[in-house]
Amino acid sequence: MSVGILGTKLGMTQIFDEEGKAIPVTVIQAGPCQVTQIKTKETDGYEAIQIGYDQVKEKALNKPLLGHLAKSESPPLRHLREYRIASTGEYELGQAIGADRFNVGDVVDVVGDSIGRGFAGYQKRHNFKRGPMSHGSKNHRLPGSTGAGTTPGRVYPGKRMAGRLGGKRVTIRKLSVAWIDSDRNLIALKGAVPGKTGNLLSIAPANIVGNSNEQ
Amino acid sequence: MNAVEAIQSLEAPHLKTDLPTINVGDTVRVGVRISEGGKERVQPYEGTVIAMRNGGIGETITVRRIFQGVGVERVFLIHSPRVASIQIVRRAKVRRAKLYYLRDRVGKATRLKQRFDRPLK
Repeated sequence: MSVGILGTKLGMTQIFDEEGKAIPVTVIQAGPCQVTQIKTKETDGYEAIQIGYDQVKEKALNKPLLGHLAKSESPPLRHLREYRIASTGEYELGQAIGADRFNVGDVVDVVGDSIGRGFAGYQKRHNFKRGPMSHGSKNHRLPGSTGAGTTPGRVYPGKRMAGRLGGKRVTIRKLSVAWIDSDRNLIALKGAVPGKTGNLLSIAPANIVGNSNEQ
Repeated sequence: MNAVEAIQSLEAPHLKTDLPTINVGDTVRVGVRISEGGKERVQPYEGTVIAMRNGGIGETITVRRIFQGVGVERVFLIHSPRVASIQIVRRAKVRRAKLYYLRDRVGKATRLKQRFDRPLK
């Protein structure tokens, strides 16, 4: 793992590459973030960097949080998030982290909450097929069979049924950076990211499984 | 930071500023960039604009023509670099935003009444 950055989804648009192909991009306000805490093996048992994002009024935070932020001389920040790393050597308290950490072409993972869809039925939640809409059919959006009869006499755990859909933490892996404006801390990623406009996102260098050079 | 401002600043360099005013019903000549065998050339495509969709960087026009007796419709993303040029050949008077009814007509019935009050620019 390496240190990422927190940001806000601003919306989607498209741009054109050198070949003239239209590329769908998501524009993200990435930062400015600040290092608010450095966790080390001696003090916390593991090495990590905590960063804060989204400056708010002082009255929006409670005293314990303000006290915590005062240690790093940070302004009142709404969101705090930790990134585990191998060594915290190059970071110092209060250090600013901006979109310039990334370059065009970098591959990143984006984490955020997906759009909440409430209590969703079988078709929307699990992509079940629906029944015929006409010819006397009364089975339009029903689940069909949920299992065998007297034996086992119960529905097996994990049976896909209607329920809450979305509103969960989702990771979108391996999105590439299409554009960067480091002065204004803006990033455009190729493709879609979780949630609606205004959603809080964490953007970190892609976690490539099996790559021993990382870590 | 204003989200709309941020997105517009990303789009701005990709938007064309020299496009003519296109209306539904216009006959246009579109220069399409085609690359074959490493070489690039511009192929003209002429037809009637029967629909316009979206605005800003995603704006498209649907251009219909009859080619060898077969109706052909192509959708052009007008801000795309693949579209080298768009030239208005003729303007017509129409009473619809979408001229899909032209698909059901052949020959003389597909004619549109020319209008002269709009300049060809």
